[in-house]
Amino acid sequence: MKFTENAIMALRNLSGNKIRSLLTMLGVIIGVAAVIVMVALGEGAQRKVTENITAMGSNLVMVFPGRGNSRGGGFGGGEPLISSVLPVIKDASSHIKAIAPEVRRNFVVSFGDNSMQSSVIGCNLDYITLRNYQIAEGRFFDETDLNARSRVAVIGSYVAGELFHGIDPVGQYIKLGVFRYEIIGVLKEKGQSGFGNSDDLLLIPITTMQQRIMGNQQLSTVYIQADSAETVDKVYNQVYDALLEVFQDETKFNIRNQAEILETVQETSKTFTLLLGGIAAVSLLVGGIGIMNIMLVSVTERIKEIGLRKAIGATKWEILSMFLIEAVGLSVTGGLIGICLGWGVGAVVSRVTEWTTVISPESILLSFGFSIMVGLFFGGYPAYKAADLHPIEALRHE
Amino acid sequence: MIKTEALYKIYQMGDAEVRALDGVSLTIAEGEMVAIMGPSGSGKSTFMNTLGCLDQPTSGSYQLDGEETAQLSEKEKARLRNQKIGFVFQSFNLLPNLTALQNVELPLVYAGVPASKRQKIAMEAIERLGLGHRVHHKPKELSGGQQQRVAIARALVNRPKLLLADEPTGNLDSKSSREIMAVFQELHQNGITIVLVTHEEDIAAYTERIVRFTDGKVVDDRRIKQKVINEEVLV
Repeated sequence: MKFTENAIMALRNLSGNKIRSLLTMLGVIIGVAAVIVMVALGEGAQRKVTENITAMGSNLVMVFPGRGNSRGGGFGGGEPLISSVLPVIKDASSHIKAIAPEVRRNFVVSFGDNSMQSSVIGCNLDYITLRNYQIAEGRFFDETDLNARSRVAVIGSYVAGELFHGIDPVGQYIKLGVFRYEIIGVLKEKGQSGFGNSDDLLLIPITTMQQRIMGNQQLSTVYIQADSAETVDKVYNQVYDALLEVFQDETKFNIRNQAEILETVQETSKTFTLLLGGIAAVSLLVGGIGIMNIMLVSVTERIKEIGLRKAIGATKWEILSMFLIEAVGLSVTGGLIGICLGWGVGAVVSRVTEWTTVISPESILLSFGFSIMVGLFFGGYPAYKAADLHPIEALRHE
Repeated sequence: MIKTEALYKIYQMGDAEVRALDGVSLTIAEGEMVAIMGPSGSGKSTFMNTLGCLDQPTSGSYQLDGEETAQLSEKEKARLRNQKIGFVFQSFNLLPNLTALQNVELPLVYAGVPASKRQKIAMEAIERLGLGHRVHHKPKELSGGQQQRVAIARALVNRPKLLLADEPTGNLDSKSSREIMAVFQELHQNGITIVLVTHEEDIAAYTERIVRFTDGKVVDDRRIKQKVINEEVLV
């Protein structure tokens, strides 16, 4: 007998028991949908984080203060990073396109009755291009401001919204500590990043920050941009060697490659995706057990039918495959509905929560394949049981 | 057509040994119409099941149409049941979800007949039994007599040489029983070998030979004058 004949018979049996078939499929539907949605969320998070790290700027190497050794103490627990390393870094490699040191500190800033805490960042002129910021209105500070240690600030869009409530910030003065700073520009909105809100900041000249506010030469971070993606590793190694020569101790500074950070974050979110997918897969398993349960009931109910089919010439294999096709039919139909449902739920979730969801072809293939396996595996035992029945006992069964 | 020699079927029930068949040697020629009778537990059903290749005897030989069945594999027996034997049961055993026509088609499905031819063959078989107007009805919409006719159509659809009927009239009223026996007699006229199990003497009287079983043995085997029903049933 041909496979299609058997399939037609199996499907006829399933459609003869519509409600039962639907309820049985529900387990697989929910399981597959859960896998699709969870993996979509996980992959969405991964893509978002990757985008954000890339948005930090491209081809970056970052230098932070050392984590310090067991003695501890000081900022970052180790040796502070001071402005004198900048020439060392600059001379370390010929592939450096730009260097942007950053001094970052949280302060309360206020305008009139409105006040908020925000990151105040002292930086140089290269910072804005290196970090992929753009000026929405006004201007960025210039050489003159740097030299004069001017009290001017360029604010992120979030700060502009929080403090000014629709008033044009450019030309207004905000209070930072006891001094007033003139707003000379507003940055274009960049969106959420992996490291907090990248629009919640104020940029001021690094000279103003170090000499007027902090009173020292310490730096929080030095961003180094390589001239191409191919030279990032080279720059990283050369800067590392140069710094090691100066500090004589690799715990006294901390150097990171953007690609390295990206890898770490992606690794983390991959684990996260696997975890979510794994939890969802458990519900698919439960769906499979549901199929097994109902197939066993179905075999018991149809013992007489099995006996008759054997009497009129069905072989063991034909009975086995009929029941297997029924089980796989249930799980595959459930799987297909589950994929559509998961797709829909993913779309709704990403619309409601504004999270990115990514429905990858892999997750569809995976869950579809998994639902076939579930049908074969959990349908196998009931089908074997049916095929193995003795025709006489089956026919005699009441 | 059928030749059994020293058939034994022995069950072990706890400590007791039950001899369902205790050395049955019987020959049924092609075209015969035989009734098998006996009290319950006499082994007549076991004998029928053995003839139908549904059950394996403990020992002995059974030749069907000149072919020894003892060595056949499960698959070959299934083929044999499909091609050479037609079964009719007391409780009809029609599949409730299928229409009369689909039920009759079933042996053709297992015989591997393509779907296009199947319907035509099944239709002919069911029309022969006078149910052409009810082919698309489900079994529960048919009377007992009609259901048994559908079952007979199903048994005949592969043109078997042997028709085995286990109490075919057991669930029918006397009028339907007579009709079914008339069908069997006409089939007999057409040369099909028919073996039927019954415990009703008046049903057995419609055959031409009665074999009686007791305790797994043939105790009586005689030819009788067949009581012919003068009804044209088959179309």
